[in-house]
Amino acid sequence: MVRAIAILIGAGIVACLAWALFGTVSGAITDPAPPTAVEEFHRHPKDVELASNGLLGTYNERQLQRGLQVYKEVCSNCHSLKHVAFRDLTQLGYSAGQVKKFAADWAVKAKQFDPKSGDTTERPNTPADYFPAVYYPGTGNPPDLSLITKARHEGPAYVYSLLTGYQDQPAALLKHFPDAKVPDGLYYNPYFANLNLAMPPPLTQDGQVTYLDGTKSTVDQNAKDVAAFLTWAAEPNLPARHGYGLAVLGFLLLFCVLSYGAYQNIWRDIKH
Amino acid sequence: MSFPWAKHYEPKSGFTKWIDQRLPLPRLVYGAVGAGYPVPRNLNYFWNFGVLAGAALAIQIVTGIVLAMHYAANGGVAFDSVEHIMRDVNGGWFLRYAHANGASMFFVVVYIHIFRGLFYGSYKAPREMIWLLGVTIFLLMMATAFMGYVLPWGQMSFWGAQVITGFFSAIPVVGETIRIWLLGGYAPDDAALNRFFSLHYLLPFVIAGVIILHIWALHIPGSNNPTGVDVKGEQDTVPFHPYYTAKDGFGLGVFLFIFAALLFFAPNSLGHPDNYIPANALQTPAHIVPEWYFWPFYAILRSFTADFLFIPAKLLGVLAMFGSILILFFLPWLDSSPVRSSNYRPLYRIFFCVLVVDVLVLGWVGGSEISPFKVALGQITAAYYFAHFLIILPIVSRAERPQPLPNSITEAVLAKKGGTSPAHTALSGSPVPAE
Repeated sequence: MVRAIAILIGAGIVACLAWALFGTVSGAITDPAPPTAVEEFHRHPKDVELASNGLLGTYNERQLQRGLQVYKEVCSNCHSLKHVAFRDLTQLGYSAGQVKKFAADWAVKAKQFDPKSGDTTERPNTPADYFPAVYYPGTGNPPDLSLITKARHEGPAYVYSLLTGYQDQPAALLKHFPDAKVPDGLYYNPYFANLNLAMPPPLTQDGQVTYLDGTKSTVDQNAKDVAAFLTWAAEPNLPARHGYGLAVLGFLLLFCVLSYGAYQNIWRDIKH
Repeated sequence: MSFPWAKHYEPKSGFTKWIDQRLPLPRLVYGAVGAGYPVPRNLNYFWNFGVLAGAALAIQIVTGIVLAMHYAANGGVAFDSVEHIMRDVNGGWFLRYAHANGASMFFVVVYIHIFRGLFYGSYKAPREMIWLLGVTIFLLMMATAFMGYVLPWGQMSFWGAQVITGFFSAIPVVGETIRIWLLGGYAPDDAALNRFFSLHYLLPFVIAGVIILHIWALHIPGSNNPTGVDVKGEQDTVPFHPYYTAKDGFGLGVFLFIFAALLFFAPNSLGHPDNYIPANALQTPAHIVPEWYFWPFYAILRSFTADFLFIPAKLLGVLAMFGSILILFFLPWLDSSPVRSSNYRPLYRIFFCVLVVDVLVLGWVGGSEISPFKVALGQITAAYYFAHFLIILPIVSRAERPQPLPNSITEAVLAKKGGTSPAHTALSGSPVPAE
């Protein structure tokens, strides 16, 4: 009885899905969806060589310092970094004193509410403060960058590709999709999800940032360095994680060998 | 307990005798997972996964309790509190990655455990109750995992909650009212986040309780085995301890090795990047996908694209998705074959393999962006999924002629290992290990 009912219900479900399948197939044949500009012109991020890539990746302190400089001089005008504290910068190889000065010199000051007067005043940042919020009056909504490399597929490569990917809209695109002209105030970038973004090209010429360590400053180098810095900002514990990981895997490998030996030894007289 | 030759607990010291007369907990453990539980001697590595699932639950509970000490279930700060755990709590990144990837590992071992049961007929008489409790655990796990994924309050958390609670609005007439009641609002917000946190903390302990029933029910008939043949005598079994504790120890090592490789070297590979974007009720992600362990069910949901007999497609999809799990409750009565192990069921074995591939394809479809090809593939594989359990299984279990079964577990083992006669087995005396 159970089986007869089951076969009936099963036949009903299969009929329902066959009907839906008929709709899918006939729809695909009679009314195929036309390709979209995004499908045709969106590009996968370019590969970027960073020390943090790969299973044993770690960070290159000098590159992170250069990236911090790019963030400070370019990105921080519009983008906040709210999950990172100034004290975290000691991980980039700066001394406590340098971090203290860096925090105090930061252009956007910490806000302070005075409960006696009700006024909000400003004071210099200290190492204990997080990077302060940034208020951006223009079009668009600059996202916080603390997690950007984890919030996008292939994050570091995405950041690098986006920063170096600005270009004129291809003529082929307008030929096939005449309605897809870049709207006023937006910029064409094939690495952006919908091809047009509000952020103007932030890195426009070589030498825009003067590196303190003497590295030649090109747009490509700036983009790479800030991608490395933002990777650190999103995942500061990466080198520690990889280090612990190796030790844990080594321990577990030994555990597997010993426990396999114990298992074989205990079972030695038993056919199974 | 199960077999007359099962060893009995004998307290040796004065202290253990004192305990045994007052609270015989050591006796209970001895009979449940100690030397007092006789287990078929021929279990293969697929029988490790029950213990591994228990270990995975323990890891989730321990890491989860510590995470809850640092997490704040409030829409305004939930996302930031998770980042606080990742950056400022000592070892916080380890705990959170262990908990997030631990959920995936839990589902991996449970899926293997379930398919083990399907292949070897572990759901058949006299083990139906073990199976029913197991499906119940699976349902509780899915609810717990879903609510846990909402807690970081990222974009996928929020929109996942929106989609899943939206299922209830497919119920005619009262659906929307039920959805609002479940969420405590018109959209996911503090009320939903708080109740999900509360239930996410509660349900693992409910799961632990049902696991105790699951093991209790297991100890009535004893464990199934790869031949599916009943235990005939003492020579067919070995004591759980030390034989299977040793084997499970090795299995646990391999499990932890794979877990650690994932945790330390690719902790975000199974998650979605969008969940590192704070929840935003005004911005729908381009593609809402659940975690990988829900993909096959998500594919079934999305396969119902057309109204049928005046029933809306959405309602059909929701019913089918829940139905795809609920039919597992009827499995012991859908399969009428008296033979348990698929090793002796030539026809069912083929359909079982097709089912495994089918579920993997469903998972792939459920995790991908929609295209006509993927939708059509999902519809075909969803149809096979239901046909397998509701049509093929009842018919095949009747039509099939099973291959001859071995007379006993010991005979099957010796035939495989080229032994001579059962009289000369190493186990013919006592199954006590040489020490």
